[in-house]
Formats: sequence, C-alpha cells, structure tokens
Amino acid sequence: MRNYPEKPEKIYYFGTCLADMFYPEAGMAGIKLIQQQGVKVIFPAQQTCCGQPAYNSGFPAEARTVARKQFDIFYKDCPIVLPSGSCAGMMRHHYPKLFENDYNIDEIKAFSERIYELSEFLVNVLNIQLEDRGDPIKVTWHSSCHAMREMKVTEDSKSLIRQLKNVELVDLENEYECCGFGGTFAVKQPQLSGVMVNDKVDYIKQSGAARVLSGDCGCLMNISGAMDYRHMPISGQHLAEFIWERINGEPSSS
Amino acid sequence: MANHQAVDFNKNVSRALNDAQLRKNFKFAMGNFVVKRQNIFPDKTETEQLRALGNAIKQRALSRLPELLEQLEQNCTKNGIQVHWAETTEDANEHVLNIMRAHEATLLVKGKSMVSEEMHLNKFLQFHGIEAIETDLGEFIVQLNNETPSHIIVPAIHKNKDQIAKILHDNIPDTPYTEDVQELNAIARKTLRQKFYKAGVGLSGVNLAVAETGTLCLVENEGNGRMCTTVPPVHIALMGLEKVIEKLEEIPPMLRLLIGSATGQLITTYVNMITSPRKKGEKDGPKEVHLIILDNGRSKIYADPQRRQTLQCIRCGTCLNHCPVYTRIGGHAYGFIYPGPIGKILNPQVEGLEAAGFLATASSLCNACEEVCPVKIPIPELLRRIRNDTYSTNPNGTMEGHGYKSKGIERLVWKAWTFLNTHPMINATGLKIRGALGLKFPKLGPLKHWTRHRTNPQIAKKSLHELVKEHGVDNE
Repeated sequence: MRNYPEKPEKIYYFGTCLADMFYPEAGMAGIKLIQQQGVKVIFPAQQTCCGQPAYNSGFPAEARTVARKQFDIFYKDCPIVLPSGSCAGMMRHHYPKLFENDYNIDEIKAFSERIYELSEFLVNVLNIQLEDRGDPIKVTWHSSCHAMREMKVTEDSKSLIRQLKNVELVDLENEYECCGFGGTFAVKQPQLSGVMVNDKVDYIKQSGAARVLSGDCGCLMNISGAMDYRHMPISGQHLAEFIWERINGEPSSS
Repeated sequence: MANHQAVDFNKNVSRALNDAQLRKNFKFAMGNFVVKRQNIFPDKTETEQLRALGNAIKQRALSRLPELLEQLEQNCTKNGIQVHWAETTEDANEHVLNIMRAHEATLLVKGKSMVSEEMHLNKFLQFHGIEAIETDLGEFIVQLNNETPSHIIVPAIHKNKDQIAKILHDNIPDTPYTEDVQELNAIARKTLRQKFYKAGVGLSGVNLAVAETGTLCLVENEGNGRMCTTVPPVHIALMGLEKVIEKLEEIPPMLRLLIGSATGQLITTYVNMITSPRKKGEKDGPKEVHLIILDNGRSKIYADPQRRQTLQCIRCGTCLNHCPVYTRIGGHAYGFIYPGPIGKILNPQVEGLEAAGFLATASSLCNACEEVCPVKIPIPELLRRIRNDTYSTNPNGTMEGHGYKSKGIERLVWKAWTFLNTHPMINATGLKIRGALGLKFPKLGPLKHWTRHRTNPQIAKKSLHELVKEHGVDNE
C-alpha cells in the first residue's frame, strides 16, 4: 500500500495528450474537482505527452526525449495528478526504468513518487465527499489495464461512483480484460484489437448500463468509437466529467 | 532453427477469428482455466509471496546456471544416468536416434515434451524409419490428426468432444464412432497399451532437474509419463537447459506454483522423481536412463541479463490462458511451437526478429500475463525490448535480426512525434487550427485500420490547453 501525504496547498495537473486533443472536458472536470476541494491547481502550459506511445512502440530514446521535457517542466516539489491510469503508470512506474542509466536517476525517481492518478488522489489524499444531484442512472465501469495492474486504483474509482446515491454501478462481465486499445496495437493489429473491442462492447450492452465510465481516455476513445460505429445508444464518459456533472448539475467547461 | 517457414500472421488471425467452433472451444476452455487458477490460489498475499519465492529460486538458479548444469551432470552420472549435451535441435535428434539404434528399437513411446516439439522429433524419427507415438491423450489426438499442439499444457484444447470422437473414429482402425468420454478414453487406452508393451524406448520431458541430487522431476495426470519412464527398457529424458534448480527442497514450492498455474490442481495425479535406472535387485524400471540437455538458442538469451528472465519460464501455460489475444485465436495462429505471451518473447529470441519479431506486436501490453506468471517474468518489458531491438540503431545488438527495421518509415514518424511533443507551441497551434476547422484525421494509414470497427475520433473544438486558459488556471 502506498503512503499518502496530507492534503497539499497546490498540485500540478498533467492533462495528457489524449484529453488535450479529444476529451478536454474530462481534463477540465478533474481540475475543477480538485479546485473545489480548496487545492490550487497549476497546469504548466508547456506540457505535452508522457512519452508512452513511443516507449511501447520500441522507441525508448524518443520516449526519453519527450519524458525529460515533462520532467523539466514539472520541477516543483508538489504532487502531479493525471486523469489517466495509463499515463500515470508510465510516469510512476516506467520513468525509473526509462532513465535507469541516467545521471539524474534519483531525481527521476523522486519525480515518479509525486505521480498520482486522479481517483487515487481524490480518494486517498483529498478524502473527497460527493453529493449526488443527478437523476437515477445505471452505469458500468471499465478499468484501463494500467489503472488496474500498474496504478492499482480500480477500487478508488469505483468507491467514487458508489458515493453517488442515485447511481447504480452494475458489474461488467470479463471486467478485467483489456478493451483492445493498447495504443499502436489498435492500428498494428487491427483484427485483434477489433475483436477485443467488439467483445467488450457486447459485454457492456449485456450489462444493461446506460453509460460506461472509465478513467482513461484511450479506452474511452476505443470503446465509444466502437459503440458509435454500431449505433448503440450507450455512451462512454470519463469518470471525472461524470462526477462533476452529478455533483453540480452542469457541464465542466461552463 | 533458421529454416522456419514465413508465417502469414494476419491470415492466420483472420482464419482463427472466422472459425466459430474454434472460438467457442477456446472461450469455454480458457474461462475454466482462469476460474480454476483463482480457486487454487485464493489468498492474494500468500500467492504473491509464493510467486516471489518462485522468482527467487529461478533467478538464483540462472545466476549460477553453468555451475548447476555441471553439478547436475556429475550427480546424474554418479546415479547412473547418461547425460548428453545438445547445442542444436539437430544434435538432440541425433542423440535420440543413436540411442534408438544402439538398442535396435523401432518404436518410441513419448510422454509430453515441448522440447521434442522444438526438435520436430517425430518427423525426424519417421524419416529414419522409427515410429514415435504420443501417449499424452491430448498429444495423441493432435498426432492422429496430423497437427501440432495448440497449447503448452493442453495440446488438443482447440478440439471439442465431438471433433475428438471423429478424429479417433477416422484414424484408428476398427473404431466405432462414439461421443461417450469413458469410451473415448478406453479406445485411447487400448491403443496405447499395446504401444507401451512393444516400445523399445520411452521418452519424457523434464519439469525440474535438481542439481544437488541429480533428480529429474516430472508431473502428469494420466500415468502415461510413468509408463514411458518405467515400462520400456530405455528411458530418454529431454530438457531445455533452463530447467535446472539447485536444491531438492525447492521442489515443493516450484510444484505448487507450476501445478496450480497450469491446471488449477493442488497436486497432479502423478509426480515422478527419477534418480537412476533400475538398480540391482529392483523388479522394474528402465535399465538405461539418458538425459539430453538442449540449448537451441538458450545460451544466447542467457548472455543478456534482461533477456535472461525469459529462461525463468517453467512452461505452465497460464499466460496463455489469461491472454486476451491467445484466448481468441488459439495456439496455431502464432505459427511457432510456443504460442501466447511466452511465445511472443521466446520465439523472436530463438528464431530471430525477421522471422518472429512480428509476434511482439500482437500484444496490447495489458499486463495480464505478467500478473499471473508464477515466476514473475516481466513479459511486457521483454515485449518492449523486442520491439526496441527491431528498430534499434545500436551497433552492439545481439538478438538475431537486431535493427532490421531501423531504416523504415516508423523511425521517421516517431522522430516527427518527438519534435511535436518537445515543441509544445507548435503542437498547440496545430491542434487549435484542426479543432477550429472541425477536422478529423484523414482515414489513411493507421486511421484506416482504426475506422474498420470504430468511428473516426473527433478533435475537440477547444483543446484542454485552451480551456484551462479560459478558466484562468495557473499555467506557470
């Protein structure tokens, strides 16, 4: 078990490249949830990507170049919160390996120690209490593999959903199986990725949920894209955005 | 090893995914294996400690591998077991053939051995006029149907009962068609009994070899392993050189891990500990025992400390059962002896990147394999390593085919990606323009594949960078 710090005065927010491009509302919701708890959020404008796409594709040198940039930008000694288990896993668990033989490995390790996935941070550091103002809804949960197996924050995410009294969280069959995104896997092995996401979508349909929630934009893009393609009436949403709407009855960017 | 036929993986995947029966068989069987494993390892903390122990035993053994192998040879020899070294599969085949010829044996009964699959031993012996019969029921079925195993532990898992009934009916003379499991078992038993009785030599694999005592440990559920190792006058045991462990006391935790992971049992029906041929005054057992220790590329893997972790594998097959790719396409689609996650890291290192490197792309890096591996092999890390070696420009690479894609277009793509992600203003401006115009990425190249099953993702009108600015979030 990780030891969590006291509630800090300020935090860094790493929005992730996918949220930046495709799910800015989700990214914004995470910021607002933290701000609402009286914590100052700093969003360094120079931030880009954690480097995982290149790292996983066999280009560690390129990943290192991009990763070092983030390391330089987020230099202050305060927690770094990410609305993604996958990018958090990259920065927390893989940066120390990526910079294993680097002269400043100790600083990299200290940087990695400051990384938190959003649900994990809301639950364990901020001890957030949510008051649901939304209409009754049935949802199901999809954990990204790295949120589950690297960051191990699935229970934190679910505990947030369970705090919402009008939200019914239903189980998803084969919950622990990958949705088939896997970054470049989706385009390098389109058949395999396709069959995996379609199976996932079938299970979501069977669950009877009106919405599928996740803490990772990569999975959401994959699953929502496949549901849209099949003209299904179920939508996918990032957990942060969902929570923000439930407790405020308004979209995060308004 | 080098003459492997080119594998058309996409075609294989397509064929497997379109085979409804195959998909049904795998889905059913693999789901069962996952549940059985969960049930036999109910306590998470205990299981983690056991896996850490398994990892430590194998890592320590590997750290002293040359020494332990010599010790194993000495102790086996002392016990009367004849040890043969084989650098290549050809060498190993020759050893088997020589032993067969020395005893003028024309029939070999085989217990389950993945190393013998690596050697293509059955074909080799057939060419030399020797009949080799698989006696593990799954292997027997696969052999009758002229196939290779589709799983390390359960070779005929791709067939259901009805298909097996037909295979036995079609391939064993005077066999009536039956779907009754007891009757099917009886047919196999009757056929195999004759073979056990007549065979001049029996062959088996080795699950663990203990250096300090010269003991060969072999687990199985059907008793065929015991028959192969005790009934014929000569027993040949085949092992990959990574199977050696140091001490006898390491056997119980290793068996607990191996068996629990492989079949979800506490213990197999048979646990064979073989330490010598028949001794004077003993009434049964083979008169000669031979141990063939195969390298086949393993020492090259051994030479690299990171890649060495591949050799921790105890061939339990649980990574296959938990793999979202394997459970959908089965073992044959991979095109190599070892399928699934372990195959994705092992085959490229043995067969070379040009022949087998593509296997490393057939993973979403979901980490399910790493989570269950009883000896904690970091399979995703090794997949990344193989991907890296494929594109590497480092002149000191040791993997066969190292850097063979180093000059391809992908390197340029990632260079461009690196530039964009280290020049945030250019990146942000590009995003702003695309967002404002409501552009999607063109359906070319990667997006063509993406949109086969999904809608084209819409770039947001305003990026998070812009939203954050509008909301006055501190952006220092």
